Amino acid sequence: MTSVSLGEASPRQSPGRRLSTFLYRHPRVRLWSLLALPVLWLGVVYLGSLLVLLVSAFWTSDPFTAKLVHEFTLDNFRRIIESPVYRDVAWRTIKMAALVTIACAVLAFPLAYYMARIASTRVRNLLVVAVLMPLFGSYLVKAYAWRTILSAEGAINWALDPLGLEFNGYSNTGLWLVFTYLWLPYMVLPVYAGLERIPESLLEASADLGGRSVRTFFSVTLPLVFPAVVAGSIFTFSLTLGDYIAPVLISSDQFIGTVIYREYGTALPVAAAYAFVPIAVIVGYLLVARKLKAFESL
Amino acid sequence: MRRRSHSGWAWVALGLLVAALAVVAAGCGGGDEEGEASTEIEGLGSSLEEIQANAQEEGEVNLIQWPGYAVLTDEFTQKTGCKVNTKDGTTSDDMISLLQSGAYDGGSFSGNATVRLMTTGDVVPIDTEYITNWDDIQEGIKNKDYNSRDGQPYGVPHGRGPNYLMFRTDQVPEDTDSWNVIWDDDQLEKYKGKISIYDDSIFIADAAVYLKATQPDLGIDNPYQLTQEQFDAAVALLKKQAPYVGEYWPGDVVKQIQSYTNGDSVVGTTWPYQYVELQKANAPVAIVKPKEGTTGWSDTWMVYSQAEHPNCMYLWMDHMASPEAQAAVAEAFGEAPVNLKACDLTKNTNHCDEYHADDESWWDDVYYWTTPSEDCADDDDSTTCKTQADWQAAWTEIRG
Repeated sequence: MTSVSLGEASPRQSPGRRLSTFLYRHPRVRLWSLLALPVLWLGVVYLGSLLVLLVSAFWTSDPFTAKLVHEFTLDNFRRIIESPVYRDVAWRTIKMAALVTIACAVLAFPLAYYMARIASTRVRNLLVVAVLMPLFGSYLVKAYAWRTILSAEGAINWALDPLGLEFNGYSNTGLWLVFTYLWLPYMVLPVYAGLERIPESLLEASADLGGRSVRTFFSVTLPLVFPAVVAGSIFTFSLTLGDYIAPVLISSDQFIGTVIYREYGTALPVAAAYAFVPIAVIVGYLLVARKLKAFESL
Repeated sequence: MRRRSHSGWAWVALGLLVAALAVVAAGCGGGDEEGEASTEIEGLGSSLEEIQANAQEEGEVNLIQWPGYAVLTDEFTQKTGCKVNTKDGTTSDDMISLLQSGAYDGGSFSGNATVRLMTTGDVVPIDTEYITNWDDIQEGIKNKDYNSRDGQPYGVPHGRGPNYLMFRTDQVPEDTDSWNVIWDDDQLEKYKGKISIYDDSIFIADAAVYLKATQPDLGIDNPYQLTQEQFDAAVALLKKQAPYVGEYWPGDVVKQIQSYTNGDSVVGTTWPYQYVELQKANAPVAIVKPKEGTTGWSDTWMVYSQAEHPNCMYLWMDHMASPEAQAAVAEAFGEAPVNLKACDLTKNTNHCDEYHADDESWWDDVYYWTTPSEDCADDDDSTTCKTQADWQAAWTEIRG
């Protein structure tokens, strides 16, 4: 009906038609009307709130009431650079993020390989659902479930007991397990997608040239899928770097997130200054990831 | 080559961002506004009848509370028309930043929060004329430095309690009566990885309480106002303890209850609330106020100076001081009520005796939470003490 009436009416008389002509003639307006909402979101809501926090890194707080005092100072930065505890905590967190990333990659690769190259469509679909399933569960429920599993009386120690072994679950090793569990899907999916994108013809070409499966894997498959692994590692690394709930529940050590969370209430400027550390680490990480062509695999 | 220059730009951009932030921060300097200490709250009725009428219109009250504090909320809503919304605080610092967010009408604050809130003007003096239960509140708890200024009350007392030593009776001797189980070398070795400690800088005072009793040479009087030497001794003690601690519980009562139930924690500090909950679950735990004394809290309901629902908040403060609410919360949280009329209403008829509600001498060695301050909170100008900021910085270092 509409199309008929549009066809009958003169193009100039229909407001919709006029708008579309206007947009056609003004590509800049067209672009901005497309991007206005996301730019507003990123620029004002996301960056804006971040800037408000980071600005306070250059202020100080009243030693008694902890209220923000708007007086320019670099003491907060001096403190997090000079006091060894902040360095130790940052280093511990980065190490944890790296170890979690490696564990996720090692676990995800064979699984993704099986899903992309070997499994039947039916099994593959089932596996995709199985990998995605944990993402539907609440983060807190999973973290508390792991507290129960890692407890001295929990499932792991129950299984180890007959072997005469004991595992101290509430430790950084336990935390490493929990993080690996929590972030594994974020690694599996990009790697799976990356493997699926490799054209069959390349593998056949390698075989035609006399490459056996091992050679093909290392010379063709792995280099092609590596950017996807790096893409997945961006998630596992940054999620570990910023998390503060799992460390509180599982470990008795401090991590960047837990320090910022606690100091946020009492020494906001110090927390804000410390927030520069993970930001710098992630910026550095993304630059390396870009070099490794990971962004094309996202 | 091209890519290299791109990476360079990213770092330059980050550098510029930092510089820009610094400029903004410097530009804003000097514009800090002092919290104006107005004694009146906008919108509060000028008689009890008016307050009750206004409350019907407000229809709700938003409270910051220690877990389990707000009781008989349905009855309160029925009577006043104010729906009760609560938010649990985990530490006093946490509660202060919650109140300063402006989203709440008031809360139940401990001494280390109240003295700061009275200083910043985030809370205002109350008119006790509108608190019908005021006269029934124990005189000994009114007009303390943590709930009043210049004889002017800033809130309605809620109840008090000590931070107990809690232990599993199947792992720790039942006649334990000293804090040495979490401070002494040989004891620490025994309970390594099974010790549960409150994760807040105020816990430095617990070390100071122990040092006060065991190292009189340090001359600690008030465990919250420590000189450099006393402070260093307390921090050293805590650093020695840190490797043996199994868990720091950041005001997260669920986490501690779970640990004691599973046996992952066997000894440590606790609030009576966790003990009451563990008892309900039949966990083999006991609590004791050790012979060295202990830290504790005497909490106060206070109204936010810019409360959106001040009328409901006033009625709420009165409600919590009523014998019924006092009885309910005293048993639920495991604390001593401040309105002794509650003692006739508790389900356990001995509750008030067991929690020493009317036994002032029992509280002599319970040091209520307060805020460390540079002037040592005394009139002596010759001494200086470590500030709240120092405590906070030290706590991050102790945690390592």
